[in-house]
Amino acid sequence: MKLAYYPGCSSHGSAADYDRSARAVAGALALELVDVPEWNCCGASSAHGADHRLAMYLPGRNLAVAAGMGMGGVVTPCAACYSRLNRAHHWLAEDRRRWLELSAAVGVPYNDVGKPRSLLEVVVGDVGLEAVAAQVRRPLKGLKAAAYYGCLMLKPPEVARFDDPENPRSMDDLLQALGAQPVRWGFKTECCGASLSVSRPELVEKLVGDILDNASAAGAECVVTACPMCQANLEQRRSERHRLPVFYFTDLAGIAFGLSPRELGIPMHLGEPLELLRGKGLLAAGEEGQG
Amino acid sequence: MAVVDLTEAAKGREELLTRVRELAETDPLACYQCGKCSAGCPLSFAMDYQPRQIIRLVQLGMREQALGSSTIWLCAGCATCTTRCPRQVKIDGVMDALRQLAGQDGRAPREREVAAFHTSFLESVRRGGRVHELGMVGSYKLRTRRIFQDGGLGWNLLRHRRLPLKASPLRDRKTVERIFRAAEVRG
Repeated sequence: MKLAYYPGCSSHGSAADYDRSARAVAGALALELVDVPEWNCCGASSAHGADHRLAMYLPGRNLAVAAGMGMGGVVTPCAACYSRLNRAHHWLAEDRRRWLELSAAVGVPYNDVGKPRSLLEVVVGDVGLEAVAAQVRRPLKGLKAAAYYGCLMLKPPEVARFDDPENPRSMDDLLQALGAQPVRWGFKTECCGASLSVSRPELVEKLVGDILDNASAAGAECVVTACPMCQANLEQRRSERHRLPVFYFTDLAGIAFGLSPRELGIPMHLGEPLELLRGKGLLAAGEEGQG
Repeated sequence: MAVVDLTEAAKGREELLTRVRELAETDPLACYQCGKCSAGCPLSFAMDYQPRQIIRLVQLGMREQALGSSTIWLCAGCATCTTRCPRQVKIDGVMDALRQLAGQDGRAPREREVAAFHTSFLESVRRGGRVHELGMVGSYKLRTRRIFQDGGLGWNLLRHRRLPLKASPLRDRKTVERIFRAAEVRG
């Protein structure tokens, strides 16, 4: 399966680790990801509060370029990009006259590339859990994980059109297919406040603390995200008392598929993610080097 | 208890409602003030007006209070409110619309740091077509004079190779400049 890939700005910086594991896991699942040529920023998390048109045109250009690639749709690993791409797609789908407006504004003729999908959506929905399970070389046995979806991949549901916005299951099911044990908990779709992380860190510390407290209370040994904003924010804005490693879902899929932490960029995480994996017997000797 | 002059507010009411309807593509008058949005809002604890109250201010045409609130800046855009609204009001869209109107008015934002972040973010996008995180945070620090905030964190990210010094802009800078201009022309 060949898809247009929209990595998003964080893939060049704070989420370079996610980009690495996303590509590695896609490769293991025979998903061919082709970067949208000359992709531009989708505008998250600022354009939508500044200018409605800008907030539609920025992601809209990427959709137009992706459609021109003639692939089986466009996929992004970032929940914030996913949300902005889907907002623009939804806006364009509502009124065909907007196709002309967008084409003129961005200088690329707009055609519908189909609903933008998240990498999680593609792995669970298109590849399917059976095919995922077939790739598992080292089941994540005994690993208690809190599947944390965050807000932007699911809300509002008429735009995201993916999983249940209050009690999603897709990532829990995926973790189960990898051999891990997803915990039942209440903060699956609570917002971590990433867009305020730089400007109002003290507020964000409260949100992050509540999420991690709830995951710990549910017995989780790690939190698993499908969003670079969530991952970075949970690692950066937590207090000393929180030690839970925060993984991308692609980290754990990659480990289960037998890829090394290094190939997956796991040593680039700020916490101590390797300790937990080692404790669970999931790392072979010599697999612990720097990213 | 603040005294509110509804006669004064009513004068600008239609205009405010029209602008919000246009920008947010939703009708604030549909709201019957159940408060579900505010009960589920993760940031309501820090807001001066609850999301429900912001919608009420718009219904009454109280532009000053709505645009001058901290709420419109503290909304993180998670859309939990919109997801749960029994009247299908796009509350997160109303917050976006009010931020846009506050910007168009050239009003000093109630949450200076939050607004400075967004300005720095869009400046970075306009310059390179993509956000360069280090450049963006640098410009935010200059703008807010919070030079030393998160120094340790920055160093930690650098060490983990998650904060590259170099930007990765688009080859053609005009690509995104053109989009900004087109949006400005449409207004």
